[in-house]
Amino acid sequence: MTSKTSTLPAVRPARPAGSRLTNVRSLAFILGALAIFAVGVFLTRAVENPFFFFASYIIIQYVALATGWNVLGGYAGYINFGAAAFYGVGAYTGALLLKAFDAPVLLCLPVAAAVGGVLGLLMGYMTLRVQGVYFAIATIALVVMAHTLVLNTDYLGGASGLALMPPEAPAWAGGQVQFLFLVMLGTAIFAVAVARWIEVSWVGRGFRALRASEEAAECAGVPTFRLKLAACAISGAILSMTGAPLVFYASFIEPETVFGLALALNAIAMPLIGGKKSWPGPVIGAILLGTVQQGATITISSELNILLVGVVLIAVVAVAPDGILGLLDRFKKGNRA
Amino acid sequence: MFADQFINAIGTGVMLGSIYAALALGLAVTFGLLHIPNIAHPAFVIAGAYVVAMGNSYGLDPLLVALLALAPFYVAGLGFYEFYARVFERRGSADTMNALTLFFGVSLVLETLLLMRFGTNQQSVSVGYVGQSLTIGLLSLPYRLLVPALLAPVMVAALWLYLRHTHTGIAVRAVAHDERALSVSGIDPRWIKRHAFGIAAATAVVAGAALIIIGPVDPFGGRLQIGRAFAVVVLAGMGSIPGTIAAGILIGVSEALVSAFASPSWAPAVAFSILLATLALRPQGLFGARR
Amino acid sequence: MSDPILHVAGVEKTFGTLRALGPVTVSLKAGERLGVIGPNGSGKTTLINCLSGTLIPSAGDVWFMGQKVTKLAPHRRARMGLARSFQIPKPFTGMTVLENLLVPMDHLHDVPDPHGRAMEVLASVGLASRAAYEAGGLTQLELRKLELARALAGRPKVLIADEAMAGLSEREIDDVLEILERLNESGVAVIMIEHIMHAVMRFSHRIICLETGKLIADGTPDAVANDPIVQKVYFGEQTRH
Repeated sequence: MTSKTSTLPAVRPARPAGSRLTNVRSLAFILGALAIFAVGVFLTRAVENPFFFFASYIIIQYVALATGWNVLGGYAGYINFGAAAFYGVGAYTGALLLKAFDAPVLLCLPVAAAVGGVLGLLMGYMTLRVQGVYFAIATIALVVMAHTLVLNTDYLGGASGLALMPPEAPAWAGGQVQFLFLVMLGTAIFAVAVARWIEVSWVGRGFRALRASEEAAECAGVPTFRLKLAACAISGAILSMTGAPLVFYASFIEPETVFGLALALNAIAMPLIGGKKSWPGPVIGAILLGTVQQGATITISSELNILLVGVVLIAVVAVAPDGILGLLDRFKKGNRA
Repeated sequence: MFADQFINAIGTGVMLGSIYAALALGLAVTFGLLHIPNIAHPAFVIAGAYVVAMGNSYGLDPLLVALLALAPFYVAGLGFYEFYARVFERRGSADTMNALTLFFGVSLVLETLLLMRFGTNQQSVSVGYVGQSLTIGLLSLPYRLLVPALLAPVMVAALWLYLRHTHTGIAVRAVAHDERALSVSGIDPRWIKRHAFGIAAATAVVAGAALIIIGPVDPFGGRLQIGRAFAVVVLAGMGSIPGTIAAGILIGVSEALVSAFASPSWAPAVAFSILLATLALRPQGLFGARR
Repeated sequence: MSDPILHVAGVEKTFGTLRALGPVTVSLKAGERLGVIGPNGSGKTTLINCLSGTLIPSAGDVWFMGQKVTKLAPHRRARMGLARSFQIPKPFTGMTVLENLLVPMDHLHDVPDPHGRAMEVLASVGLASRAAYEAGGLTQLELRKLELARALAGRPKVLIADEAMAGLSEREIDDVLEILERLNESGVAVIMIEHIMHAVMRFSHRIICLETGKLIADGTPDAVANDPIVQKVYFGEQTRH
C-alpha cells in the first residue's frame, strides 16, 4: 500500500468548477447530444426496414435505463434491484394515461417521471435507516408490491395485460415506430445529460461522498439524507420515464414483462459492465449488452441469453469491478508507468 | 364457517411459516452470522428440490434423498465460499454491491442451468402421504404441509444446539462477532466461515425437500423466496437462529390470513410488506440486539 | 474568555440497559486545547459522537456557540463550525484529494474561492502535492492528514480529533502534533481524544479523564497525570500491558 503510492501516476489535474475547460466540455457534450439526435432523425428518413427501429428502440431504452439506475447505484452507491418497479410503474402510468385520456406520449413522459420521482422519494423514506444489503432487499420488495398491485387492479388488465391502440404518430416522423424511436432517443439523451450534469456538479460530489462514507459525509456538513432522497428521486424519475412510451411502442403491456427479471438484471448489469463511475459507462454497457442481446434473441434461446448475462456478471465482478472503463483506465496507467 | 376458515388459515400459516424458516435458515447463517448477503441461497434451495425430485424418480423417499444429499451440498457450499473468498478477500474487502452482483449472477446461472437441463416443466415428487390429511376437530392438516413443517424445528434445533455446544459451533458464532479475536485464539477464521457456508448450503437441500413435498417447483421458484427468506432473517433479527421459526410463522400466518380473507393474489406482497415495515420501524428485528 | 464555545450539560447515553456515558458535564473555551483520555470502553467515543451528533444523548444537552444543538443533525453542526476527524480514516474514495476538501465547502454559503481555500488547507498539512491524487491511494499518514484537512476546510471553530495519531511513528506523531498546534494558534479550539499519552500531555492545556462513562478528573495535564484515581484506573492498566 505504502510503496504503491509513490509510483501512483497523477490523474488529470483538478480543475476549478465553472472553469473554461469545464464549459468547453459541456458545450461539446451539448453539441454531441444534438448531433446524435440529428443522426436519429436522419435515420428515420434513410432506413427503410422497420425492424431496425424496433431493435434500436430496445437498445436505446437500455441506455436510458442503465443511466437512470446508475444515478443511484453508481454515483451514490445504493444498489437498486428494483429498477423494474420504476420501469413498470412508468409503463403502466403511460398505459393508464393512454387508456383514460388518450394522452399523447410526450405528455406521458413527464407524468411518468413525476410518478417515478415520488416513488423514489417514498423508497428513500422507507429505507431511511438502512443501507447496503437492506436497501437492496427493500428494492426487491418494491417490485413485488408494484407487481401485486397491478395484478389486482382490473382497470389495468390484471395478469392478462392491457392491449391499447396508441394514437397516430405525427406525420413528420414517418411512422409509429420511427416516432417512438425518436422519443426514446430523446429520453435517453435527456437521461444522460442529467447524469452528466450530476457528475460534474456539487450534487455528484455529494453522491460520491455518500458512497464512500455516509458517516464522514454527514460530519463534513453534507445533508446525507436529503441527498439520498434526491438520488432515489432522480433515478426513479428517469427509470419511470423510460417505461412510459412502452405501450405506445408495443400496443400491449403485461405485468410479467415490465416487472420481469430481464429488466432489473440489465439495469444492473449494463452499468457494471461499462463502468459505474461516469456516464459513458452505462451507455457503453447498454449498447454492448443490448446489441448482443438483440442479436442473441434471434440466434440463440432466451435461456442462453440470461445464462450469458449471469456469467458475464460474475466475470465482471471477479475480473473488472470497475467495468470496461475501469479496465481501460488501468491499461492507460499501466502504459504510462 | 368463519371459525373453520380462520382456524384452518392459522394452521396452514403455522405450517407454511415453519417451512419458510427452513428456507431462511441457511441465509440466517450466511447473512445473519457471517454478514455475507447470499441472495443465491433460494436458488440453492431450488437446486436442492431438483436433486430430491431426481432421487424420488428412482423411488427414494424425498427425506431420505435430502439426508443423502447433505454431504454433497455441504461440500458444494465449501467450494462456493472458496470461490467467493478468492474473488473478494484478496481485494481486501467485499463491497456490498459487488458481493450482491456476484450472488445474483450465480443464482441466474444456477436457475438457467436447471431450466436448460430440465426444461420449464415443473418438477414434483410422489409420496404416499401426499393427498391425505390429519384432522383434529375443525382443523385439517394436510400431510404435504405437515411433514415438511416438522422438518424445520428439527433442523433449527439441531443447528442451534450445534452453535451453542460444540467447539466449532461456538467458533462460528465468534467469527460473527470478531474475526480478529478468533484468529488470535489460533483458529483460522476463513476455515470457520467456509465451514459455516457449507452448513448453510446443506440446509438448502432439506429446505428444497420441504418445498417440493408441498408442491411442484420450477427453476425460477427461488425468486419469490428471496423476499421471504430475507424477511424471515431480518424480522428474526440478524443471527438469531431460534428467531427464524417465530419470524417464519408470523409471516406464514399473515400470508395465510391474507389468502383466506382477501385474495391469494395479494399474498406475495405480505412478506415484503412485513420486511419493509421491519426495516423502517425496527431494523434490529424481533430478537436481534440493537446494532 | 467568557462563555464556553461548547458546553456539555449532564449528558448521558444508554444503550438498552447499558449506560455507556454520563452524566457528564464539561465545557470548552474558544481556542482551548482539551485532551480526552480514558481506557477503552470508557465512553470517549460515545461522548464525541454525542458532540458531533451521530448519537443523540438519552439525557442532558449539548450547547454550541450559545445554541442548543442536542438534537441537531451532524451536518448542521458541521456547518456551524463543529468539525471532527475519524479514528479510522474515512476518505471520500473515488475522488481526488482536492475534491475531498471541496465536499464540505459545497455546503457552506460563504466560501468565495473554494479551490484556493482547499489548496491553502492542503498546503498547511503538507498534502499540496497530492491534490490531484485519488484519495483511496494515500499512505496511512497522508490519510490522517486528509482527515484533518477535510475537517479544516470549512474553517471550523472546534475540531474534534479522534485518535488522529494512532498507529503512526514518533516522527509522524510530531508531524500531526505540529499541524494541530499551528491550527490551534489560528484560533481553533481542539478536542484531542488520544491514547498516546506523551502526545496528549504535551499538546493539551487541560485534560479530562473518563472511566466507565464518568468524568473522574478534569485539570491541567500535570494535575491529571498525578491524580491518584487516574493513575489507578488508567496508568495502572497501561503499565500492566
